[in-house]
Amino acid sequence: MSTDLYTHPDYYNMDDLLSDEHKLIRDTARAWVKQNVSPIIEDYYERADFPKQIIPGLGEIGAFGPYIPTEYGGPGLDQISYGLIMQELERCDSGLRSTSSVQSSLVMYPIWKYGSEEQKQKFLPKLASGEFLGCFGLTEPDHGSNPGGMITNFKDMGDHYLLNGAKMWISNAPLSDVAVVWAKNEEGRIHGLLVEKGMEGFSAPEMHGKLSLRASITGELIFNDVKVPKENLLPGRSGLGAPLSCLDSARYGIAWGALGAAMDCYDQALRYSKERIQFGVPIGAFQLTQKKLAEMITEITKAQLLTFRLGQLRNDGKATSAQISMAKRNNVEIALNIAREARQILGGMGITNEYSIMRHMANLESVVTYEGTHDIHLLITGMDVTGIPSFTREAPDLSKMK
Amino acid sequence: MKFLVCISKVPDTTSKIDFTDNNSKFNEAGVQFIVNPYDEWYALVRALELKESLGGSVTTITVGPATDEPIIRKALAIGADNAVRINAEPGDAYFTAHQIAEYAKANAFDVVLTGKETINYNGSQIGGMVAELMGTPYISLATKMDLNGNTATLEKEMVGGVEIVEVNTPFVLSAAKGMAEQRIPNMRGIMAARTKPLEVIEPVPCDDLTSFVSFELPPEKSEVKLVDADNIGELVNLLHNEAKVI
Ligand SMILES: Cc1cc2nc3c(=O)[nH]c(=O)nc-3n(C[C@H](O)[C@H](O)[C@H](O)COP(=O)(O)OP(=O)(O)OC[C@H]3O[C@@H](n4cnc5c(N)ncnc54)[C@H](O)[C@@H]3O)c2cc1C
Repeated sequence: MSTDLYTHPDYYNMDDLLSDEHKLIRDTARAWVKQNVSPIIEDYYERADFPKQIIPGLGEIGAFGPYIPTEYGGPGLDQISYGLIMQELERCDSGLRSTSSVQSSLVMYPIWKYGSEEQKQKFLPKLASGEFLGCFGLTEPDHGSNPGGMITNFKDMGDHYLLNGAKMWISNAPLSDVAVVWAKNEEGRIHGLLVEKGMEGFSAPEMHGKLSLRASITGELIFNDVKVPKENLLPGRSGLGAPLSCLDSARYGIAWGALGAAMDCYDQALRYSKERIQFGVPIGAFQLTQKKLAEMITEITKAQLLTFRLGQLRNDGKATSAQISMAKRNNVEIALNIAREARQILGGMGITNEYSIMRHMANLESVVTYEGTHDIHLLITGMDVTGIPSFTREAPDLSKMK
Repeated sequence: MKFLVCISKVPDTTSKIDFTDNNSKFNEAGVQFIVNPYDEWYALVRALELKESLGGSVTTITVGPATDEPIIRKALAIGADNAVRINAEPGDAYFTAHQIAEYAKANAFDVVLTGKETINYNGSQIGGMVAELMGTPYISLATKMDLNGNTATLEKEMVGGVEIVEVNTPFVLSAAKGMAEQRIPNMRGIMAARTKPLEVIEPVPCDDLTSFVSFELPPEKSEVKLVDADNIGELVNLLHNEAKVI
């Protein structure tokens, strides 16, 4: 890949809304990414390999649990800092951001919110530094959009739990030291269990053949009569709301991240349109190119405003799940559209690995599906404004109609 | 060992450069500012490395208004122990050097480090002036520095070779590429920078000795002429008659 010249578009002077520390955190993440990841990402992506050597660096720039308090080894930053770090990571590669999202929001967040003091002390500092890698097992082969139907289960055996079942599509799984696994107890209630690497009957084989998010490692989690110590159950919360609250935090990070991918595509397309000469003029002089660029920056600017406001709401503890769904859905959609348009501006060069646009485009196909598909988020907004859930084909429950 | 590192704020290299006030003032609107790379990557990092191996402290000094504080915080995040800001618009090099020298003299630093130049004005004057005002030796354009007790050994590049200089503290140096490697702050550093002391000091009276009359942008690059490889005659002709370089 050619030198990483990225600078972020800021049409509405959004930087004025950031504190000096926000900017320092963002610029640090960007400098680190440019130095350590941009030069190698294409190679790892092509070989479908995860660059493990960058894990400690991600810890150093605060990308693992940015909002985890300092007493547990985290940096104790606000939600906007978290968003900015995710934006810088995904600006480079969605897989990089995925690794960090999973660790932060799907592993550290539930341990911090629902874990015992011993669990927090044992896992959070090591996860924050990158000494430990974690994963989150919710999706199963037969339960994706409908995780509540999961069949992975555990039985109380007196001095331990016995865990059985399988999870699929689990980011970071093959490299994880600890997995936050969601499973049903004998009464059918969902609980989180911390399953540690090396426990008997537990394996995490890698899934191959992904044509998207190739620089992120994905695997299965297989539980065959795994004896899980009782102290590994997350005591603080049970029910489907527990994993969903983690998804809120991750989806919030994705909203920032996807916008980063969009900004990177726009930045490259704008630069290219000023350099590439056809018919004697830079292609940016053609109205059809300008239309593409103008629409891209308009969508980016709208998304920046939406995302920043969501950050403020998150900081105040007021963001609803439905508000987060809207931002995740919108930002991934505009990022995909911008990637496609940007790729066209680059003509044939747009399909090569000299530029990151095609990689972003392929990556975003995962991002539009995981953490709630595009359509599921639409149904969430629909339910939020009408009060009527429409996720199943059963007669809708009208009791909460607005 | 007490190190004092001079840190200044410069426009990011990708900034659009233009001027206001009859071309006598740089237009700061919409410009992103960074720490002058020679100050940050070479002077500051080498001071930190030496402090880490020999003990002591690293103080940064900046002559500038409160809007310079973000870049000062960055220097603290990279690892400086404390910072001083002389609360004044930096006038000419003499004014700035005078402020730095007054502070350095009063606080007995062993080594004062500057970058070899700032990437905006490229004046390369501060280090020499500070040394003169302090009455200490000055080593310019140093690419390497080691300290043994109170004796420093420095290298500087010269045409076709390297010059090795020995000097006793206190002294002033300007740091060039090679002195150290860029350090990206880590989150622990950024968090620690929140509470590190940043002292604001009012300037000592001093007049500028020079003033900026006006700035001009370099002429626009003219179009490139491509000459066919087989047509050496035309190339010679163009170089001789049009470019007038041969
Ligand atoms: C690269 C990658 C990494 C992942 N990482 C993780 C991870 O770390 N942990 C984890 O637990 N999971 C992970 N996932 C799983 C991801 O969350 C699921 O793929 C996602 O929830 C969709 O589930 P599914 O693939 O089973 O699709 P399905 O649920 O089968 O959906 C197929 C299609 O049907 C549509 N659909 C489903 N239900 C409805 C409905 N009610 N109304 C309308 N349309 C509907 C969907 O929108 C979609 O278009 C990952 C997935 C990928 C691709």
